[in-house]
Amino acid sequence: MRKKFSSKILVYFLLISGSIAVLMPFFWMLSTSLKKLSHVFRFPPEFIPDPIVWSNYPEALTQLPFGLYFINSILVTGGCLLGELIVSAIVAYSFARLRWKGRDFIFIICLSTMMLPRQVTLIPEFIIFKELGLLDTFWPLILPSWFGNPFYIFLMRQYFLTISTELDDAAVIDGCSKFGIFWRIILPLSTPVLATVAIFSFQYNWNDFFRPLIFLFSNENFTLALGLRFFQGNYGTQWNYLMAVSLIVMLPLIIVFFVAQKRFIQGVVFTGYK
Amino acid sequence: MNKLSLKNLNKEKRETILGWLMVSPFLIGFVCFTAIPMIASLIISFTEWDMLSNPEWIGFDNYKTLFFEDPLALHSLNITILFTIVSIPLNIVFGLALAMLLNTSIRGLSIFRTIFYLPAILSGVAVALMWRWIFSSEFGLLNALLSIIGIEGPAWLTDRIWVLPSFVIMRLWSVGGGMIIYLAGLQSIPTNLYEAANIDGANWWHRTRFITLPMLSPTIFFQLIVGFIFSMQIFTEAFIMTNGGPADASLFYLLYLYRQAFQYFDMGYASALAWVLFIVILLLTIIIFKTGRFWVYYEGETKRTNI
Repeated sequence: MRKKFSSKILVYFLLISGSIAVLMPFFWMLSTSLKKLSHVFRFPPEFIPDPIVWSNYPEALTQLPFGLYFINSILVTGGCLLGELIVSAIVAYSFARLRWKGRDFIFIICLSTMMLPRQVTLIPEFIIFKELGLLDTFWPLILPSWFGNPFYIFLMRQYFLTISTELDDAAVIDGCSKFGIFWRIILPLSTPVLATVAIFSFQYNWNDFFRPLIFLFSNENFTLALGLRFFQGNYGTQWNYLMAVSLIVMLPLIIVFFVAQKRFIQGVVFTGYK
Repeated sequence: MNKLSLKNLNKEKRETILGWLMVSPFLIGFVCFTAIPMIASLIISFTEWDMLSNPEWIGFDNYKTLFFEDPLALHSLNITILFTIVSIPLNIVFGLALAMLLNTSIRGLSIFRTIFYLPAILSGVAVALMWRWIFSSEFGLLNALLSIIGIEGPAWLTDRIWVLPSFVIMRLWSVGGGMIIYLAGLQSIPTNLYEAANIDGANWWHRTRFITLPMLSPTIFFQLIVGFIFSMQIFTEAFIMTNGGPADASLFYLLYLYRQAFQYFDMGYASALAWVLFIVILLLTIIIFKTGRFWVYYEGETKRTNI
């Protein structure tokens, strides 16, 4: 009994110290973002800023047009999300619920593209969009999403497969077409997986830096990730400002995480544990 | 009867048409954004091309340069593989350990789970900036904490030896992503296996070694593959935190590829680099798959070797 008790204490000790280690960087960010610049460069550092400079936030956010970057990020993220959600669902339905020749072969192709490092196709993609005159627009970022995303197609297919076909049969008797089944039965029953895909897509595209870096050049088209990097280039040593803006950029994701935490975790578990 | 089968045939036909129709966005996307670009990049990799003048066919020269004349290319491949080899096992071990700690019927499970998982959803420039500041040798958090216990910390991101470990530490922060998955795996292991083992007098190590790890091995295997492919493509953090420095010590492969393509506009060489990365990832993934035979346990599959 005593041994059990002491091992419990050890477990809590490890978990709590782990939690502190994980949360410490956030705390450090917040603390730095509220310091006077002269206090940022002190060693040993003060963990609770004195004085607390709230004005760092409005000051940092007005150095560059972060409002515009925010709108750009929303447009790109939203455009990708919509495309990935709608198109992936349509394709997944075909894989999961329709019988047609060649289906399994096409599905294997879909699966194998999931493993492909995207950099192999990057340079020709760049050339295609250059020829189309679409560099420095949002199209190179959004357009590919409207052809479905293999990973989300796979996720949705797996989910659609778990929905009983008895409802389909009943609907057919009532004169419902195959597309009607997709629209009226499968989609409404699939809100969990749709929510999961929406969250994944939002998370990925909000964080994405590589593609915006390659396809966007002018300041007024920057997403938040690019703006942040631009900011770093100009205000590289003003760590209080940098941390303030970084926290603001992270904030939407953190909010979505806390609001939809259950979906996040379910989604990750569903994809990773098979 | 005849009429009925005709109707069925029509129905089948209609379903086939609808099936292809609904899958067509993926097919068009696959052709336009995967198949053609892949072939194109292979062809470009045999040329010299700056995107201004016409491409010039130079055969295997780009590949020759890559493997024999350009030490930076192999160096960047080496450090990327080295980083992956160190980082992925550490992430698996820490993720598993955390999951096992959380799976001991403790209070506050959901709070701990939330805390540990939070970093896994964040990535990109903001996170990279945060870590750059944490690793700051003079005023950073890490060295401040080390100084409390009397250790004078290294220069981390500006030290050739410590820069790769810095990236490993940074990636360990988001270990919660794997943890969540292992935890779900742990919770689905039937408890009667443990009960039976306890009756046989098994201790903690026996239970872990002979029940937990084998039952979890497919999950670990999946995480290993995904983590490997993901880790080989590290870019944003390196671009923001060190931009390859100091003295190219953190010049990860994609960073080098990016420079060749979008700073020097050497599209032919960059395409060759991309294809080499693709082949390396493919080969190493196949090797990992082959080793899986020896340590991944699938339920319902009869084991031929000794148990």
